[in-house]
Parts: sequence; C-alpha cells; structure tokens
Amino acid sequence: MKSRLLGALLLALAPAAFALDGQVQIHDPSTLVRDGGRYYTYGTGGTTLVSDDGWTWRRGTTPARSGMAPDAIRVGDRYFVYVARNVGAQPRADINLITSRSLDPESPDYKWEEGGVVASSDGVEDCNAIDPGAFLDPNDGKLWLVYGSYFGFIRLVEMDPATGKRRNAEVPPVNLAVNCEAPIVIFRDGWYYLIATHGSCCRGADSGYNLRMGRSKQITGPYLDHEGIDMIQGGGKLFLGSGGRFVGPGHFGLIEDGTGVEKFSLHYEADLVRGGASVLDIRPLLWKDGWPVAGENFREGTYRIESLRTGTALELVVEGTPVGGRRARPGGGPGFGGPPGGPRPGSTNAARPRPPGGTGGLFAGTGVPIPPQEAAQVSTNWPSGEIPTRMANYLCQAQQKWTVTAVTNAGGYLGSPYFKITIAGTDRALTATADRELTTAPTFTGEPAQLWRLDQLTDGSWRLMPKAVPGVSQPMAISAIGSSFATLSQSTASDEKQHWRFEAP
Amino acid sequence: MNLHRHPMIYRGLRSPLVVSIALVGAYLAGTPSLGNGLETTPSLRKPGSSDTAPSPQGFIQRWMLLEPIPATGLTDKVVRETVGKEHFPNQLTVLPQAGDKVKVGDTELSWHAVETKDYNVNLFHFARALQKPTSNILTWGVTVVNCPQEMSDVRLAIGSNAASIWWLNGEELVGIYGDRQTVIDDGVSRRVTLKKGANVLRCAVINGGGATDFCARFLGEDGKPVLGYTVSVPSVPK
Repeated sequence: MKSRLLGALLLALAPAAFALDGQVQIHDPSTLVRDGGRYYTYGTGGTTLVSDDGWTWRRGTTPARSGMAPDAIRVGDRYFVYVARNVGAQPRADINLITSRSLDPESPDYKWEEGGVVASSDGVEDCNAIDPGAFLDPNDGKLWLVYGSYFGFIRLVEMDPATGKRRNAEVPPVNLAVNCEAPIVIFRDGWYYLIATHGSCCRGADSGYNLRMGRSKQITGPYLDHEGIDMIQGGGKLFLGSGGRFVGPGHFGLIEDGTGVEKFSLHYEADLVRGGASVLDIRPLLWKDGWPVAGENFREGTYRIESLRTGTALELVVEGTPVGGRRARPGGGPGFGGPPGGPRPGSTNAARPRPPGGTGGLFAGTGVPIPPQEAAQVSTNWPSGEIPTRMANYLCQAQQKWTVTAVTNAGGYLGSPYFKITIAGTDRALTATADRELTTAPTFTGEPAQLWRLDQLTDGSWRLMPKAVPGVSQPMAISAIGSSFATLSQSTASDEKQHWRFEAP
Repeated sequence: MNLHRHPMIYRGLRSPLVVSIALVGAYLAGTPSLGNGLETTPSLRKPGSSDTAPSPQGFIQRWMLLEPIPATGLTDKVVRETVGKEHFPNQLTVLPQAGDKVKVGDTELSWHAVETKDYNVNLFHFARALQKPTSNILTWGVTVVNCPQEMSDVRLAIGSNAASIWWLNGEELVGIYGDRQTVIDDGVSRRVTLKKGANVLRCAVINGGGATDFCARFLGEDGKPVLGYTVSVPSVPK
C-alpha cells in the first residue's frame, strides 16, 4: 500500500506534460499548414482547427469538401487538400482533391476548387484508398501521394505539382507497406522515411495506435526498418507509442518552421486528462543515428541550464558560496590560490590540520549530509536590483539553479506556452535587454522580454528565445560566446552556441 | 619616443658625448632596451618601434606591464577589493612608458614594454625574468588599440590565470574570478564600440600560485576575431 501511495505521489510530482490549449479535439488531423501567420489543420468529419500561435486552438471553417483523414500541403501559391471517402463497402474508396489560394475564410482568395478523384480502390483490389499523405520532394520538386489503410497495401502515386492532380495515371501505383494506415513520407540526408500508423484506432484509451517507420534511398522503396525488415512485409521501427496521459498516437505530419526547428503534428486517440478525447498535439522532431525520434515539449521544473558548446552553466553574476559553506584548503602553495606558508590564522584549516597518513582533513567531508543549497540561504548577499548573468562551471549553487514555469494567458508557440525562467526559490526573472544582452530583474512582470520560447532542436538540445527584445525585430536566441558569457544573437538553429541542455540541478 | 622619460637616458647621463651616443643607440634600437633579462624569456621579446597588428587569430601581443604587486585571494569579493585599492596614483588612467616607475607601499616598481610571441602573455616568464615573485601577485597591464575607423558591436574576449578585471577606455568590461587557467575567450564582454583612433585597454591579473598568463582579443558579432586595427604601447607613441 505504501509503495502504491509513493508511486501515486511520484506521478503527481513528475513534471506535467503539456497538451495544446483551447479546442483541440480532432481525429486524423492533416499536416499543419500555415497561411497568413495562422496554422490550420483538417480532420475527419470536417473538423477544422485554427491557431494564431500554434499553442491555443479554436474551431475553424469546414472546407468545401470533408470526409476522412485529409492531408494538406502548400505547393507554390496554392493549398492542396486531399480528402478521402468511402464509396461503398470498405475497401471501396477514393481520394478527392480540393484547392484554394487561401485557407482564411475572410480572404478574397478563399475559394475551394474541386480537383476530382486522384486515387481510388475498387473494393476488390488489395488497397483501401483513404488516409492520403502528400510529399513534395525537395530534391526534384516532384509531388507524391501515399495512401492506404490496412486492407492490402500502402500505395504511392505521383501527382502534378502544378495542379495537385494525378500525373501519369497510366502508371500503376507502387506498393510500399502493409498492416498500417495514414502513411506519409519525409526526406532527410539522402533518405526517404515512410512513417505510418500501426495498431487499432477509434477505441479511445483501448486504441493500439502507434507510429512506425522505415527508410529507403528511393521514394519508391523498399522501406526497411532498423532490422532490415521491409515494411511491405510488416516491418516498422517504432517512432512513438503511448505514454503518460496520451494513448494511441497516429497520423504524423511534418512541420518545418523555416528556422531549422522541426516538429510534427499528430493526434492521440485518447488524452486521459481530457476524458479520453481524441486531441491534436505538436511535438519536437529529433534525429538520432539516421532515424527520426519523437521529442517532448518542455516540462516545468528546476534545472541547471548548460551550454552544449562550453559545458558551463548560466548563473547570476554574484559570488558563489560553496554548498555546505566555504572551507579553505590547507597549505596554499602552487595551484591552491591560498597564501603561502600554510593556512591563514583563524581559517577553518588552522583548527583542522591534516593528520599525516590519515583519511581526515581535506578529504574527510563534514561527516553529515550536506543539504542542497537554497537561494534563501545565500541571496542576502545578492544585489537587490538587476543582476546580470554569466556562465561558470556548475557547482550546485543557488545562483545556478533556474525554475522554468509555464505562464498562463501569455500565448505560446508551436506546441508550448511561453515560460518564465526564474532563479529557483525566488521571483528573480531572466530578462532580455534592449542592448541584446541578458540580465535578471528582481521580479517577474510578464513583459515579453521575460517570456521564453523553449524549442527542442533536432539534436535534442534546446533553443531559448525571448518572446520579444525591446527595439529588435529579428528573432533572437541565447547564445554562449566564449566560456563565461551568454548573450542574445540572431536565432540560428544550426549554431551550436545556441544549443542548451536542461539538466537536473 | 619621449627621450626625457627614457630611463636609460634620463638617469645619470653626464657628458654631451655620452648623451649623443645614448640617443643614437636608442634611436637605432627603435625602443628602449629592456636590459633586464626579459629578452631571454621563451615567450617575450622587445616590441618593435612601429605599431603592430594583432595576431591572425586576433590576439593582442604587445603590452606594457608593471612589475608584480603582492596580492592574495581569488574570490570575486577579494579580487574586487584588491583591484579597487589604489596601489599607485592614477592606476586606472595612467598611460605609462617603459621605465616609468611607481611606488607601491615602500617598493618601487617599473613598467616594461613586452611583446609575446604566443597568443598569450606569460606573466610567469615576465616575473621570473625580473626575479620577482610569481605567486600571490597582482600584475597590471596596459595597451593601446588604434582603430582606423569606429568598430561597433565588438566584444572584448579574454582569458587569464587566474582572476582578472578589464577596462576599455576607462570602463570596466569583464571580470573573471576564482583559481582558473587561461582559456581563450573565457570571459567575454557585452557589445562595445571601439572608437576611431586610440583605445586604451587595461587589465589587472591576480595569480594565486603556479603559472600565470593572460590573452585578449576582440570578437565580432559573428564570433570571429576582429582584425583591422593596430596595437601600440605608450613608449612607442603614434
């Protein structure tokens, strides 16, 4: 019983996973597309979700054609939305195209045009032509559509990027995989990745949905998993399964924000916190050993913030106090930084000589556990006003521990709310300054210069960007220059100076 | 060259002939002879007479150094107290020339013009050659950065063994503390502007024990070394 209680307590104390804010109920969401600064996604049954910032979502206008599991892509100045329907008993289905120059119903360019059927299954062949996924090949500009759902094969056909319609209709579709649905292709570093949803859907928290993948040097396959098993024989390396409050991830869609950050959209069959509803989510996309990895949105907590490049940690410019109190090293001499000729009169070591050949003295410790250092213990020595930041070797000291907390009603960005970053145990807040440097203000005021966007980068590290820097228009990120200084520089996700780790303090 | 302040000439010269020989010798040498063993160090040499560029990596290699002052303690507070104490008049504004002397307590200390062959200025070599202490010392350094035009959004980037505080044109820019080794770009300043013409860069380096040295350069917004300026020491005035 005790262990159960402890487990429940630990679960309650674990950093909470964030889910998107607002109206996020949707099933089979399309890849997110952006128009005029807004994000749009379309789901089964005509559900449309819209967001101004990628964090808070609301219901949008159903497009001219709705059906099952649409996918959306922008090619040139047009949006192509592919949406499927059953045209008889499964697996008899087809996929239709609708196009528009705008997704904003208020825009004069918002006008859906029918593009007709682009793929179909006759109910007899080994395919169920639903769950389309569009892919624009960055290598040659060719547009492809993959589709299928459990009945037989996942298939690939080429589309015309000028119209969104089928190209070379006389060429038979290419079979890529079996035992899955909602396929989509992405490309990176010479490899095509087919990511599809395995398992069962539509059973709430009993849904076995999970995302699996294979890769190929050719768009046409074969797509092999990490063990060399072809997806057309049921292979598939797990990309993401259920976890925490979320059950049944499916319907992957890649989001590239143009700054080097990659994310993906998906739905969970059941968000337990939301009563098991099917909901949209957006998560970071990482890469490791040539395979995509599902990252996690930032979790609140207390951390040390360490530069990936320098290994030094962000801290206040204050004189640190060693955890457990200062203990002078006996003897001084070269390398010790102490006075020559032994300990100073009155120093700790004057009263605690090192016993010859013994185990006490310098290396003996205090004999009792030393508790973690809290800000309240040492902050009386800190200035009361602004305190700038620097970087230093991490020594578990209070001025080096930062608490990261989501800020309510302050908006957000793709997948997350904005955060405040304060010295643990205080309200002293990390703040961007007008001269593009960092400082800490004695209190958190909620101003944009104190709101931080934390994006996980493709290598698993984090980028820290203030919501706004006074008088600066371009996006800025915290950048570790030298070994002991952090500044704000123009955001460049590939710049290792802007890669940070959040580690347990 | 300010002959009137030249120690080798100003001090104890008697006859016109001797004065003439000394003047010619000093002129031919371009700068005052160090004459104190510094030239025998592995890393330091006498600066040339003309301005010099920073190294290709941007390191400032020419400095005026004051003989070491006894000092102990490397924590932030102690270092600031030590450096904040007036050891000699105008210590944050003086533009010394080689051979200038200051009195610190009862001890007379001299300024020396040096140029390092390396990226760093080895203060251990400097002090040892002068037969001065190398541990528990404070060393002051000054140099002049001459810019053909204003350079904005640059940063002073320094490393030192051990603690050090740095000023540019009288304004404190960087401080690094504790018992640390010299790491290139260990301490980096906020963005500053190098004005057109002479900019005075000053440092105070405190060593606990063992090796002691420092390095300094300017970095641009892209993090790359700033070049395109020259460096001089006051004994070789522009």
